Amino acid sequence: MQHLAILPIALPLLAGAVMIPMEDQRGRVRAGLGIASAVALLVVAVLLAWQASLGGPAQVYRLGNWPATFGIVLVVDRLSALMLVLTAVLGLAALVFSLTRWQRMGAHFHALFQFQLMGLNGAFLTGDLFNLFVFFEVLLAASYGLALHGSGVARVKAGLHYISINLAASLLFLVGVSMIYGVAGTLNMADLASRIPRMAAENRLLLEAGAAILGMAFLVKAAMWPFGFWLGPTYAAASPPAAAIFSLMSKVGIYAILRLSLLLFGEEAGASAGFGGGWLLAGGILTIGFGAVSVLATQDLSRLAGACVLISSGTLLAAIGAGQVAVTGGALIYLASSALGIGALFLLIELLERGREIGADVLAVTLEAFGDGEAEDREDDEVGTAIPATMAILGLSFLCCALVLAGLPPLSGFIGKFAILTGILNPGGLGRGPVALSPGGWALLAALLLSGFATVLAMARAGIRSLWNTTRSVPVVGVVEIAPVLLLLGLCVAMTAAAGPVTRYMQATAASLHAPQDYVRSVMVPRP
Amino acid sequence: MELILALSIGVLGGSGVWLLMRPRTFQLIIGLLLLSYAVNLFIFSMGRFPVGRPPILEPNTMGDPAVFADPLPQALVLTAIVIGFATTALFLVVMMASRGLTGGDHVDGRGPGQ
Repeated sequence: MQHLAILPIALPLLAGAVMIPMEDQRGRVRAGLGIASAVALLVVAVLLAWQASLGGPAQVYRLGNWPATFGIVLVVDRLSALMLVLTAVLGLAALVFSLTRWQRMGAHFHALFQFQLMGLNGAFLTGDLFNLFVFFEVLLAASYGLALHGSGVARVKAGLHYISINLAASLLFLVGVSMIYGVAGTLNMADLASRIPRMAAENRLLLEAGAAILGMAFLVKAAMWPFGFWLGPTYAAASPPAAAIFSLMSKVGIYAILRLSLLLFGEEAGASAGFGGGWLLAGGILTIGFGAVSVLATQDLSRLAGACVLISSGTLLAAIGAGQVAVTGGALIYLASSALGIGALFLLIELLERGREIGADVLAVTLEAFGDGEAEDREDDEVGTAIPATMAILGLSFLCCALVLAGLPPLSGFIGKFAILTGILNPGGLGRGPVALSPGGWALLAALLLSGFATVLAMARAGIRSLWNTTRSVPVVGVVEIAPVLLLLGLCVAMTAAAGPVTRYMQATAASLHAPQDYVRSVMVPRP
Repeated sequence: MELILALSIGVLGGSGVWLLMRPRTFQLIIGLLLLSYAVNLFIFSMGRFPVGRPPILEPNTMGDPAVFADPLPQALVLTAIVIGFATTALFLVVMMASRGLTGGDHVDGRGPGQ
């Protein structure tokens, strides 16, 4: 059982490596292997999450059995385990979805997908800054391949921008990491956390500069405004299974910021405590604003989903910047539900857009603006048209996505947003009497509510246009394609039904993130 | 030594950033290469500048950091070079594909005048 922590990295690495030289014309063996690996990952991740939820110190896996500061460690705590479960679920859903059509659109889809999962899992597990860089590069290299999967002018154009921006961001990552090493003399996250409080004042400035440059590399991944203009075109051009797993990739940046800002610059960090919090809050609110404007302005369903990713990133960044335990707990619920919801939306959009003419959306918006001359003739047609079963299922799924992303009751997005709002409105904790809200708190409150309103408007408009359109043909949808969407949305419903246990797990996660002494102690303990 | 290194990092980094802002893919990749050289030198310089000291332990100098150079930044540079090499090669392929599909080498597929 002690080797469980290495499996999320080793398993997809082996599966992907076996797939590359395989002679498999029809892709069945590869597909089977990929699904088997994803299912095994899900089992491992759930086991790890169950172990983490029992409490106790974080599980530490020493690679090569070297003690912590000399060797690289993998650390499984509640947050890592949560992210592993999300990766496995989204990976499985995207792989199943790709079985009908998308896996045959280009070479090595399944191998690239396994390496993508390996990079994601590694980034969530590692306890070392430079190892984090390596896993970032693994997941980015795989994502370059997946973003280009299926080829075509739009994908290559978006891919060119995506790759060049991420290469530049990786260089920033390296500069930040080496500056931190130059000042602190270590790259182990726990060791860094224990050295920062004792750091001399003249070195502190250099450390903070390094951390800020490092943070910029993460913010490019998380698509904070103004670093996030690459996201919309890339995600809209990517094939739907790739876009679904990308919805988690922007969460990697969020994860790194959440982990490092609380570990390195938590309350214990002396003069550096809370470093960058104000920037995250302001940047997050600006990102929410940018996302809300683009969600309203967009006429294309894939772009709409990309704008939802922006809103979700902004909400999470601003909530992390607020720096309160209760708000962080709410943000974690929101993170899980929005990752699932956006993944489902990307898959659903491909089903909805099947068999419709290019430019139909633009035409529909023009008709909305200038009026449809033929509309009056249909008014006496009171019988109406029956909704085909396929459209009913697609419509209900779309409705669920809209509810999750806008944060409306009864689905899980509401619980996340409600928990964040409760945390903001009661900075001193629930029932501690009224405390005056800071201007940042008010701004975040307004941004959250207004962005939810913008999402409702945009999703309602998109839904009316694509689902209540009588002129279009009913898309042909296989069970294999709708099942992953239903799985992801079913998990959102399950999170709502089990809101109590989910909230307790997330609040415990947030509490342990805000008090990183246990994390540091379990990593730095001498080898048994 | 410090001055030469600082100047070369600055010149490489400055030219790299300038080329990164140019509209042609060829300039873009040269800019990224120059930037990665600057970053590699920068990582190296974070291990300070011990001249004439090997980054390995001799049998009787154990535990004395004054006699050997810090090996970690050198290991980091090696890793960064390898990863940068691979991603640059991949980026070149995408550039060629873009050239073939759009018929131009503008980063947006087509320039303002085309």
